[in-house]
Amino acid sequence: MRILNTMPRAMKIKEVREESELVKTFVLDGSIAAQPGQFVNLWIPGLDEKPISVALDDGKELWLTIAAVGPFSKAMHEKVVGDKVGVRGPFGTVFTCEEGQRLALLAGGYGAAPLYFFATEASRKGCKIEFIVGARREDLLLYTERAAELPGVKVHVATDDGSAGHKGYNTQILEKILEEAGDSDAVSCIYTCGPEVMMVKAAEMAQKYGTDAQISVERYMKCGFGVCGQCAVDGLGVPSCISGPVMPLERVLQIPEFGKYHRDELGRKHEF
Amino acid sequence: MVDLSVNFSGVKFKNPIVLASGILGVTGDSMAQVVRNGAGGVTTKSLWPHEHKGHANPVVISTEHYMLNAVGIPDAGPEKAREEIARFRAASDGGLIVNIVGGKMEDYEEIAREVATMNPDIVEVNISCPNVEDELGKPMACSTVKAAEVTRLVKSALADAGAGDVPVTVKLSPNVENVLAIASSVLEAGADGLTMMNTLGPGMAIDIDMAQPILANKVGGLSGPAMKPIVVKHIYDVYAAHKCPIIGTGGVTTGRDAIEMMMAGATLVGVGSAVWLRGQDVFGKIVKEMEGWCEENGVERLADIIGRVHEGN
Repeated sequence: MRILNTMPRAMKIKEVREESELVKTFVLDGSIAAQPGQFVNLWIPGLDEKPISVALDDGKELWLTIAAVGPFSKAMHEKVVGDKVGVRGPFGTVFTCEEGQRLALLAGGYGAAPLYFFATEASRKGCKIEFIVGARREDLLLYTERAAELPGVKVHVATDDGSAGHKGYNTQILEKILEEAGDSDAVSCIYTCGPEVMMVKAAEMAQKYGTDAQISVERYMKCGFGVCGQCAVDGLGVPSCISGPVMPLERVLQIPEFGKYHRDELGRKHEF
Repeated sequence: MVDLSVNFSGVKFKNPIVLASGILGVTGDSMAQVVRNGAGGVTTKSLWPHEHKGHANPVVISTEHYMLNAVGIPDAGPEKAREEIARFRAASDGGLIVNIVGGKMEDYEEIAREVATMNPDIVEVNISCPNVEDELGKPMACSTVKAAEVTRLVKSALADAGAGDVPVTVKLSPNVENVLAIASSVLEAGADGLTMMNTLGPGMAIDIDMAQPILANKVGGLSGPAMKPIVVKHIYDVYAAHKCPIIGTGGVTTGRDAIEMMMAGATLVGVGSAVWLRGQDVFGKIVKEMEGWCEENGVERLADIIGRVHEGN
């Protein structure tokens, strides 16, 4: 019988990794054949279900990296090895690249998790990868050490307070890389996931330097499979759970709300 | 060249396929996209006279056989609705059915007054959501007296607000003993047409590995392909008795399904759950299949098949 991504499957927690004071990675026992950029709906019965980016699916394990910021994620942080959670998915579009390209991955905060997953795939394809991670402080940086272990990956770090790497924004590192790239080592594509203001910057730079970009547009999602309409973006009018989260630059430029506003669970607009 | 247009109580649609209420439709631009994807019109999500929170997630699950939902009719209230409807009107020439809902009788009057000035083509009155039972659902959907009262209230509120010429359709529940009696009572109370039908149930699905009901609301309304024969039967009965305009909704996935609904008596055909089964462009696919069927069968005007199954019966 066909396995449906629209129905939850129970998955056992195999390992819990403390990434930082606020962030844990839950290693679930099993694969759902997710690809980089996709997300799952993680279900805690009796509480809620939330969309979570996939940090890795290697065919054996599923990694979900979660910050304890609200009631749901805090409840998730109480879970221990052996506990079961419900997973629906994978949902959404994927990051893509060609063999041997030079790529710039721009991650803000928790956006490092899905981009790490993509880096593992791009690394296998022999790409040269600039993995640029930004966070407020050193202890909030994610996936920098694991990414550094991948062949072809160079990690760049920016922190707001200068506690690690460049003091300032990760977009400044990206701009320097794009500026210094010559014809022989041009960056083929910028991949970005994180705060929307950062991704707006990345989109501007992609246009300025004539580079492609793939942008992970995150909106309030409910169903995950394109029927409830909750995550539709203005302009295109398409649900971002199936037409996104990953969208090419030219599609993102047709979304007038990008960088300006998003909607809550009632469909009401909120400015960034 | 087949004429696919239909006329619902004086309102012309370029084809009979409309987005059913509750699917997509949170924003004006997403409704415009449904029309770009081939629909003749759209139905908004149910609009409340005030902000209304929906249920916690999961709110909808789906299998090949059914969809089960308890979204709980979230809405930000009339101000947001007005803005989104204006956006839809600016971007699209598709027909606009504005669905309204309330918890109390007065709510229906209030939201009817609000939507009267939102330029709807048709107003659809939701008296039959099976998953917000505390507030509505059973009380109104099951009672011929209450259903008629809501109908009269909405009709007069629209008239008072200068929208007396906007047709009103009442969305009926399949979860009652006396569908035909409810239909008759709302038509007598002034409804111009009927929407048949809301979801079945409520039903429940349990995840056996987690030993828990899946929907946060535990129960939800069932839609999808399995529902169609029940809806077709009720449309058949009501059309036989009243020959009134009907929006047939429930399990329509293909052009053949839509034609079946129309032969039973539907003028417009709502499509919802099939968005998952066949994709966002399901509306255009269905229209194309209907057109193909008409060509093969020598039907020049699609509207001619409305109620055809009753001919000679």
